[in-house]
Amino acid sequence: MSPSPQPAAAPVVRKTVIVAAPLAVAFEVFTAQIESWWPMASHHIGEAACAAVVIEPRAGGRWYERGVDGVECVWGRVLVWEAPRRVVLVWQLSAQFRFDPALHTEVDVRFSAVDARTTRVELEHRGLEAFGADAMAMRDTFDSPNGWNGMLEHFAQVAGRPRAHAPGG
Amino acid sequence: MNLRLVEANARRFAALGDPTRLQVFALIARSPLSVAEVAAQLPVSRPAVSQHLRVLADAGLVQLESVGTRNLYRPDSDGVATLRDFIDSLWDVALARFRLQAERVARQRAAAARKTRETR
Repeated sequence: MSPSPQPAAAPVVRKTVIVAAPLAVAFEVFTAQIESWWPMASHHIGEAACAAVVIEPRAGGRWYERGVDGVECVWGRVLVWEAPRRVVLVWQLSAQFRFDPALHTEVDVRFSAVDARTTRVELEHRGLEAFGADAMAMRDTFDSPNGWNGMLEHFAQVAGRPRAHAPGG
Repeated sequence: MNLRLVEANARRFAALGDPTRLQVFALIARSPLSVAEVAAQLPVSRPAVSQHLRVLADAGLVQLESVGTRNLYRPDSDGVATLRDFIDSLWDVALARFRLQAERVARQRAAAARKTRETR
């Protein structure tokens, strides 16, 4: 008897964004300066307001937030560190934004130069099935490219700077 | 292609594009709350919270529920759809902010490099 096969299409979130910044700058801002863009006000886990978000720049490094009270709350860790082209983070926050050591989802971010001043950033948040059986029920929605493409395009309009990558467009 | 689904998602998406509204939704997604309870946790007035909640309700993200004499807002969809929306919209918002910030830093560095060349 063979073990039960892996789900053919585990739920994954994929995003691509084109950034008018050189490769090294894009990577640095994404990692070393994550607190300059992460929506900290709404997405953090500590009791106190979030003062900083830190990705330690090495494989095995921690990914954590530090509250204004100095308390550190771990979000996950660095699985792969290949500056300035790739970083893979282990995301161990539950849907309720609480650290769960048993939870293992991965955020794989790849950076590639379109030209000297432009970078393509491809993000994949995978392993969402780890959120539980509920996640498998989401598959149909995740697998609906029309839905996500429509949303991406719409977001580009909302953001007012239509640089979000639209395949073939 | 399910156009209605795309339109519904686009509406949800637009509703979550506002940082304050995303915060309101994040709070509601954790536990049902009244307008006053949301306002107590954010630097936003009650009327402003009510307005944000109306937009979120119109987008099909939250719904009003009366528990005894209390009016509570809760996530409209089941937990699954809420989670999916949450993770997905989180990255959309985060990456949009990332792009703006990376471009700002790139512009600043390019300007600084020009200035260095000019003063030489």
